[in-house]
Order: sequence, then C-alpha cells, then structure tokens
Amino acid sequence: MGAQLRVYKRRIRSVTATKKITKAMEMISASRIVKAQRAVAASTPYADELTRAVTAVATRSNAKHPLTTENPQAKTAAVLLITADRGLAGGYSTNAIKQAIALSARLRAEGKDVVTYIVGRKGVSYYNFRNLEVGGSWTGFSDKPTYGDAKAVAVDLIEAFTAETGGVDELHLVSTKFESMLTQTPVDARLLPLKLDEVTLSDDKPAKAEIFPLYDFEPSAEGVLDALLPRYVESRIYNALLQSAASEHAARRRAMKSATDNAGELIKSLTRLANSARQAEITQEISEIVGGANALADASRGSE
Amino acid sequence: MAELHVELVAADRKVWSGAATIVVARTASGDTGIMPGHTPVLSVLETGPVTIRTVNDGTVVAAVHGGFISFADNKLSILAEVAELADEIDVARAQRALDNAQSELDAHAERRAEVRLVAARGLKAA
Repeated sequence: MGAQLRVYKRRIRSVTATKKITKAMEMISASRIVKAQRAVAASTPYADELTRAVTAVATRSNAKHPLTTENPQAKTAAVLLITADRGLAGGYSTNAIKQAIALSARLRAEGKDVVTYIVGRKGVSYYNFRNLEVGGSWTGFSDKPTYGDAKAVAVDLIEAFTAETGGVDELHLVSTKFESMLTQTPVDARLLPLKLDEVTLSDDKPAKAEIFPLYDFEPSAEGVLDALLPRYVESRIYNALLQSAASEHAARRRAMKSATDNAGELIKSLTRLANSARQAEITQEISEIVGGANALADASRGSE
Repeated sequence: MAELHVELVAADRKVWSGAATIVVARTASGDTGIMPGHTPVLSVLETGPVTIRTVNDGTVVAAVHGGFISFADNKLSILAEVAELADEIDVARAQRALDNAQSELDAHAERRAEVRLVAARGLKAA
C-alpha cells in the first residue's frame, strides 16, 4: 500500500471513531432533553400555586418584607449566571456568559458594583481565566438540577441580599430559556427585590389578573409572606436551572448533530481521495510493468 | 357527602391529588383539620405528617417538610418542598437517617426523619 493511501485510510479510521462518539452524544442529549422538559413540566404546578399564594398575600394585605423593599440608592448588584458544567454544547455557555457580561456593563454604567455568582464549571473557568471576581459558585449539577441544589444557591443569595452590611441591593438572574428544540435564548431578569405586581404564571399571564378569596392568614400575613418569599425565590431559581438544563441538552444535541454531519462529509471526501490515490497507484504500477516489459523486449532484440 | 379536592404538590412533582372528606396537617399554630366549606385559609406548614381521609374511607399519609397550605373554593393545595407518601418511604433508610441525625445532634434532620417514620408506620397501623 502506498504512503498516500495509508495516510488517507488512517484519517478515515480516526474520523469514523469520532463520528461514532458524536453520534452517541447526540442521541444521549436527545433523550435527556425529553427528561429535562418533563422536569420543567413537573415543577410547574408548584411554581404556579406558589405564585398565586404570594400574589394573594400581596393583594390582600399591605405587609412589607425585606425581599420586596426597593433600595433607592442601590450600590451593589449581584448577577447569578447559569452555565454548563461540560463543554461540547455549541454556543450555550458562551451565549449565557456574553449576556451576563453585557448585563454587568449595563449595571456598572448605572453606577453599581457588580458581584457575580456562577452555576456551572464553564462559567467559573471563564471568569477565573480572566481574573474576574466571583462572589460564589456552585458546580456539578448543571445537567440535572434538583430542588436541593436550587435551595443551596437561593439560601446563599438571600443571605447576601438581606445582610445588614456588605450585602447586595439587587439580584439579577441570567439563564437560558428553552423556547424549542431549535431555539434557546439567554435571558436576564431581576429577581430581587421582588416586584409583586409583575409576577407571572408559567403561561406568562400576570398572576394579578385573578381574583383571590379573602384568606385567613396563619400565623399572620407577615408570617406567611416571611415563609413564602424565600420559597418563591427558590422556585424561580429552580425553574431557571431546569430551563437551562433543557437548553444545555438541546444545544449539545444540535452541536453534536452538526459534528456528526461534518464527520460524514469528511469521511466521504476522504474516501474519494483514497480511491483516487489507490487508482493512481495501480495506474503507476501498470505503466511500470509495461515499461519494464518493453525495456526487456528492446534489450533482448538488441542482443540478437 | 361533601368533599373537597386536594392537591399535594412537591417542588419537583405532583405527589397526590383527589377528593377527600378531611385533611389534617401540622401548621405553625398546631394541627389543623380542613373539611369541605372551610373558610379560605393560607397557612404555613411545619415539618409533620399530613393525613388525608379520602372519600371512599381510605387514608393517605404523607411526610411533608416545609411548605404551606391554601384552601379556597373547596380546593385545598398542599405545597411542600419535599413530600413523600407513606408507602414511598423507605423505613430502613429513614431509621438510618434518624440515627445519623441523633448522633450528629442535627435537630432539623432528626425531626424530618422522625416524621417520615411516623408517617410510614401510621399507614401500616391503619
């Protein structure tokens, strides 16, 4: 086998192996999207009931709560950025990071200090590599977040928000919204302080449009609000984590699909090249044999 | 017989839903029983067992950790961060968790494990 042909064969083998891997990743991601979407759907009843309850308390009483009180001289803003733990997901993490950077620039332009909190190893390594300050980070659950994970994140953030000194005055959330299998958009939203007039249900209808019965609050409206608001923040973060996880899988599936397709193309063109190299080799061998035979015939004719 | 509709929802799934005649839950001010036609109420739940008496005289017991109940229009929503039905609870695991919590003096974990055990045993007794 000629040297050229051997090189082509080796490259075809290696691309075929890569294609097998990307194909497998594509199929794994495809099955996980469905699971992630189911998780989003399963968490909706809780989120909706919670939203209704919070809105009911807010409309039926004038209770004030630290989590809903706006600080007119907001000096520090926290940004919670949700990224992936693993790469090979196309532009998923990069897009979320870009959104966070743009948001931070906007907040700084308003004269606020920005503290960044990060979920997911990709975001952490991006910030560390550029020596950007990170307020706190959580990793290891980006593809399958549980409510406990969301709670752990929320507890720290609420603590930072309610701290007497050195705390943050606002909390923004940057996550990726799962629109469809093909579209995932990075979004940012202000989580704290809560604007209770603007809370919406899962179908984007404002919760305030409903008419609430006159509830008896137990132990008191303030007490209920005290218990509900942290839960509400947790559930918002949980929902963002779930949506982002679904987006991550969708982005990975798409990236792996195009990688598989590209590998297929590459194999096709390499096979063509290998075929023509083999043909060239055969042609050369034939012409060498013919040339050799002619030379022999000429030589023997000359000696007679 | 009058009945009320119950939805028991945990943060990550719907645990149980159906019709019931009375629901007893541990709220901040003590055990509260809710029957059909109760006045609208929204109250905070303690970690404790929730007992649902269904229309066909069955009993559903669940261990509930943190959350709240809201009742209006004969519809009761029980929302909990974590909720487990009694027959889902792994008694051996709950017992282990209880032992761990006792040795580590973690009062919250101890209470959670206790409630799970009570809920699981309560069903067995009934």
